[in-house]
Amino acid sequence: MIKVEWFYWLCGIFFLLIAMQAFNDRTNRKRLGSAAFWGILGLSFCYGTFVVHKQAPSWLLGIAVIGIAALAGAGFPGRGQERTTTPDQRARFADRFGNKLFLPALVIPVVAAIFGAWLAKVKLGNGKPLLETGSATIIGLGVASILALIVGMILFRPNSPAVPLHEGRRLLEHIGWAAILPQMLATLGLLFTASGVGKAVGRVTDHLIPKGSLIAAVALYCIGMAIFTIIMGNAFAAFPVMTAAVGWPLLVQQFHGTPAVVFAVGMLAGFCGTLCTPMAANFNLVPAALLEMKDQYGPIKAQIPTAVPLLACNIAIMYIFAF
Amino acid sequence: MWVLLAIAVVVVGFALRINSMLVVTAAGIVAGLIGGLSPVKILNAFGDGFAGSRSVTVFIVTLPVIGLIERYGLQQQARKLIGRLKVVTTGRLLAVYLLIRQGTAALGLTSIGGPAQAVRPLIHPMAAGAAERRYGGKLPDKLQEKIKGFAASADTVGLFFGEDIFVAIGSILLITGFVDATYGLHLEAIDIALWAIPTGICALLIHGVRLILLDRHLDKLAAEADADAEEVAR
Repeated sequence: MIKVEWFYWLCGIFFLLIAMQAFNDRTNRKRLGSAAFWGILGLSFCYGTFVVHKQAPSWLLGIAVIGIAALAGAGFPGRGQERTTTPDQRARFADRFGNKLFLPALVIPVVAAIFGAWLAKVKLGNGKPLLETGSATIIGLGVASILALIVGMILFRPNSPAVPLHEGRRLLEHIGWAAILPQMLATLGLLFTASGVGKAVGRVTDHLIPKGSLIAAVALYCIGMAIFTIIMGNAFAAFPVMTAAVGWPLLVQQFHGTPAVVFAVGMLAGFCGTLCTPMAANFNLVPAALLEMKDQYGPIKAQIPTAVPLLACNIAIMYIFAF
Repeated sequence: MWVLLAIAVVVVGFALRINSMLVVTAAGIVAGLIGGLSPVKILNAFGDGFAGSRSVTVFIVTLPVIGLIERYGLQQQARKLIGRLKVVTTGRLLAVYLLIRQGTAALGLTSIGGPAQAVRPLIHPMAAGAAERRYGGKLPDKLQEKIKGFAASADTVGLFFGEDIFVAIGSILLITGFVDATYGLHLEAIDIALWAIPTGICALLIHGVRLILLDRHLDKLAAEADADAEEVAR
C-alpha cells in the first residue's frame, strides 16, 4: 500500500535540503536563521509521522513549532540571490523549446487526476486499497510532481541535478514563512475548540436569535456561518457551532426546514466567509505570496465583491427551497 | 466568555499587521491558558495540530519542477501563445479558467488546479500576456496586482463552489457525519451535493461576470496610468 506519510517525508527531506542550501548561501544575509527555520521545519515534518502514530510525544513537536513561529517573528527566513536565468535567456529558451515547455506542467494535473479518479479505487490482492484511504489527492500530487520533474529533467537537461532544488528554493523563499501559516491556523482551530471558543461564540449568537421570523433566522444562520468562518478561518469549525445554535433547533425543528438544504447551503454560506479572511491563509495569503504580490490581501480584495452577493444568494436559496 | 479574548488577539494582531505566525501562536496560547489547559496540553495541541495538518503544505513538492520549467521560459511561452490569440482577453481567459476549475472540482478532481501548480506557472502568465498585448508592453504595477489578485480568485472561487457538488468531499462528509451523529438523522451525501448546485451556479455567474467586466476595469486603470505617465513626462 502506498502510504501518505512517505510524501510527508518527501516534504521533510525537501525542507532539509533547502536548509543546507540556505546554510551555504553566502548571498543570504540571514543564512543561519533561514537554515534553522527550514531545518527545524524539515525535521518536524518527519517527526510528525511518529506523533500521528502516537509513538512519540507531541509536546516536543509543539516546542519546535513555537520555535518556528518565533524564528518567523524574528524575520526569518531571508532570501538569497536568485540562481536562475534572466528574462532574455528565458525568451531564447522559450523559442528553442516552444510548446514542449507545457508538457511537465500538464503532467501534474493529468497524473493527479488519474490518482484521484481511478487509482483511489484500486484494491491490492490482499483486499487492501492501493493508496492509503482518504489520501489519494495528496499521494497523487506527490507522485505527479516527481514524474513531472523527471519529464522536465529529460526535456531540458539542466547541467546539474541541483538546478531544480535551487529553482524550488527560489519559489519557496518568495513564499517564506507563509508556507507554514496554514498549518499554524489549523493548530489554532484545535486550541480554539479545546478551550471552548466555539461554545462561547455560540452563546453570543443565542442572544441574537429573533423570535418567530423565518427570514431573520435564515439570515442569522447564513451570516453567522460567514462571520464565524472569517474569525476561525475555516467553515468546518463554524458548522457544528452555528448548527447547534441556530440550524438545528430553529430552522429544522421549529420551522421544519428540509435538513439537506439547510445544512448544504449553510456550509456554502461559510465558504463565502472563507473568501474574505486572512485566517484562511492557504487559500488567500499563500497565493499572494506565490504570485509575488505587493499587497498580501490582493486576492481577498478581488473576492469580497463576489462573496457578499453570493451570501445573499445563499440566504435566498435556503429561504425558497428549504421551507 | 473571557476565552473570546483570543479572538481579539487575532483581530488586533492582523489589523496591526504584526507577523501572522506570532499572532496565531499568541492567540493559541491565550485561548489555551484562559480555557484552563495546562502548558503541556497546549504544547501537545501545537504538536498534534501541526502533525495532523501537514497535508495543506504538500503543495511545496511541486515547486522544484515549477521552478525548473520557469527557468526554461514557461511563462514567456505562455505569454507568447496567448499573445497570438486576439480574441483572448484577461477577463475572458480567467472566466474560462473559473468554469474549468469549478467543473473539474465538481467531478472530484480538486488537484487539477491550485495556486502552485496552475495559477503561477500557467494561468497568471497567460492573463498577464493577454493584458500586455492589449495595452502594449510592460504593465503598470496597479494592473499587475489587479490581474494577480483576480487570477488567484478565479482558482479559489472555482474550487470552493465546485468541490461541494462532488459527493465524497470533506465538507459533505463533515455535514453528514456531524448531523447524523448529533441529531440521529440519516442524510444522504448525494442530497447535500445536489443542494450545492444552485449556489454553485450563482457563484459561477457572479464571479464570471466580474471577471468579464475586469477587462473594462483594466482599460480604465491603463488609461489612468497613461495619463499619469504623460503628466510626469511634462
